[in-house]
Amino acid sequence: MQAKRATFPNRLLPYLLLAPQLAVTFVFFIWPALEALTGSVFTEDAFGLSKQFVGLENFAALFQDSAYLEAVGVTFLFSGAVATLSLGLGLLLALAAEKTGKLAGLYRTLLIWPYAVAPAVAAVMFWFMFDPSVGIAARGLKALGITWNHFLDGRQALLLVILAATWKQVSYNLLFFYAGLRAIPRPLIEAAAIDGAGPFRRFTAIVFPLLAPTTFFLLVVNVTYAFFDTFGVIHATTGGGPGRATTTLVYKVFKDGFEGLDLGASSAQSVVLLAIVAGLTVIQFRHIERKVHY
Amino acid sequence: MLAASLAGVMLGGAGAQAATEIQWWHAMSGPLGEKLEKIASDFNASQSEYKIVPVFKGSYPEAMTGAIAAFRAKQNPALVQVFEVGTATMMAAKGAVYPVYKLMAEQNEPFDTKTYLPAVTGYYSDTQGNMLSFPFNSSTTILYYNKDLFKKAGLDPNTPPKTWPELEEMAKKLQASGTACGFTTQWPSWVNVENLSAWHNVAIGTKQNGMGGLDTQLTISNPLVQSHWEKLAEWQKTKIFDYGGRQAKADPKFFSGECGMSIGSSAARAAILANAKFDLGYGMMPYWPQVKGAPQNSIIGGASLWVLTGRPQAEYKGLAKFFTYLSKPEVQAWWHEQTGYLPITPAAYDFAKAEGFYAKNPGADISILQMTLNPPTENSKGLRFGSFAQIRDVIEEELEATLAGQKSAKAALDAAQERGNTLLRAFEKANQ
Repeated sequence: MQAKRATFPNRLLPYLLLAPQLAVTFVFFIWPALEALTGSVFTEDAFGLSKQFVGLENFAALFQDSAYLEAVGVTFLFSGAVATLSLGLGLLLALAAEKTGKLAGLYRTLLIWPYAVAPAVAAVMFWFMFDPSVGIAARGLKALGITWNHFLDGRQALLLVILAATWKQVSYNLLFFYAGLRAIPRPLIEAAAIDGAGPFRRFTAIVFPLLAPTTFFLLVVNVTYAFFDTFGVIHATTGGGPGRATTTLVYKVFKDGFEGLDLGASSAQSVVLLAIVAGLTVIQFRHIERKVHY
Repeated sequence: MLAASLAGVMLGGAGAQAATEIQWWHAMSGPLGEKLEKIASDFNASQSEYKIVPVFKGSYPEAMTGAIAAFRAKQNPALVQVFEVGTATMMAAKGAVYPVYKLMAEQNEPFDTKTYLPAVTGYYSDTQGNMLSFPFNSSTTILYYNKDLFKKAGLDPNTPPKTWPELEEMAKKLQASGTACGFTTQWPSWVNVENLSAWHNVAIGTKQNGMGGLDTQLTISNPLVQSHWEKLAEWQKTKIFDYGGRQAKADPKFFSGECGMSIGSSAARAAILANAKFDLGYGMMPYWPQVKGAPQNSIIGGASLWVLTGRPQAEYKGLAKFFTYLSKPEVQAWWHEQTGYLPITPAAYDFAKAEGFYAKNPGADISILQMTLNPPTENSKGLRFGSFAQIRDVIEEELEATLAGQKSAKAALDAAQERGNTLLRAFEKANQ
């Protein structure tokens, strides 16, 4: 890769140009992260009237708490499912949207719509559709002989939040995949077609490898989304239940910190969560990016 | 623009001295919120020195945590409505809270805690009997039933079940006549652990249910709660009982006629009347007849008003006057009649009775009759546990596991008790 070297007339100018972004990063990301780090080694009452240093006790307590370990499991299951589903569906829809037709424009616009819906609204919509007593989807399932009750059935509740979170994210993936598909040079595909490669072979040999940078970018974004941004979906629907079936790590941080006012434990959890996501991102860059050709 | 604002200042100065504004953060939405605002505006109209400004802050936990965050930032309101499970947290916050008994004494307002129901004062008083917060909206859990469905099932629409076995029989008859489910409950832990225990005079924690000190332990894994949960799990299978979620999420099941009975907050009355297209009946909570001494009395839920420190003196003077206003029987009675919350003074109850409210609204007094059925014992005067909002979550998680058939009632209650005690120890440590 050839790097272009930009030159500035003044040594200070580049730093000045970066300053606004750095300020935002510091105030909204680094400062809170530092607060979480310091908070995680103290226990404190809700009002902040007394504070005592406890070292790593908050962390030790976390890993002895079966509820916490369960949340780790739920998070990986949930995030894996959301990332896989929303990437897969996004790609499928993008492939379909690429086919030109009379209504292609309208079709694409409609597909992008869900992204504009607020997570809580999207979630509540699913909640209504699947309400065991009055939901239209739950009634449909009942007609098929499937009893739907996410108030008690943890697996169904988890499936429900996975569906809602995926539905929200598919549009975003579709947008990027669609742009990625359009960037693939036509002649490559035409040449392959002339050589006798069928649609499936063209996809696996040409399209998918050339989409790799997009896919990789989306993988990182989707995993981060599933870990952090799905809070609204869960909060507006299951509230983490039934039992702890839909309590993910980020939801537990909220519950213990904002509802339980247990700031020490909540800070320790956010530090662990930060470490997990940082770790995952490093793994993705180390091992998957190597296979990506730009 | 400058001229306009100057004119404004002069106009303001020329009139009567501006009223001191007092912020009141609360968590009452919908019809309840409107009633609350009416109380504030009536008080404001009754005098000119102070102006209570109600601010809706979302759900109970949101109002409480919002006020606490504001306190940490030194931007807190003078008055905040805190739900009953937040009581221990507020009480432990010495220095942040201005106890109501002290406020009233220092501002020379008359205040006699004996004029309130003992079950209410007990909940919000310290071990010396000093009332720390002002009881505002207290409710208890009662039985609601659908008289139309009772008739259809050949049951007497004027006789609600008194005991759990009776309820079971009636539920079966309802089901035989085509009703999908017998009964459901709101607030699973409040109904099926906290009130269940008080109603049967059984402790749910050591040290007088936590009122005697922070070093309390939960005792919810006891034969009463265990056998009750076992029954619920058994009933869930045939829909004699059908679980509908936490808080008030089960309401649609009762409103729509899917379930014939529901056990829930007495303050749900207004919402049920607004939503249900059937004749509504009221009853006391059922009890297990094999338990000696049952029924005892039920305990309250709802919220009280806490005064926070750090505001100008004038606001506290105004708050004391506001509390005196709130204690008036006619104000209390109006609030009770409009919302279904308890009349928290016997005087307000008598006032409502004299007005003929209960004659016109039969069943509206079930809540207070049930609360005052017997003088409260150590097991039935209330509870006070740190981090109780979280402990309730734990209890409800374990109840859900029991009902889903994943755990036995005993295993679930043992787990809830152990996890709850861990939370209690953490709270004790943070509030030494």
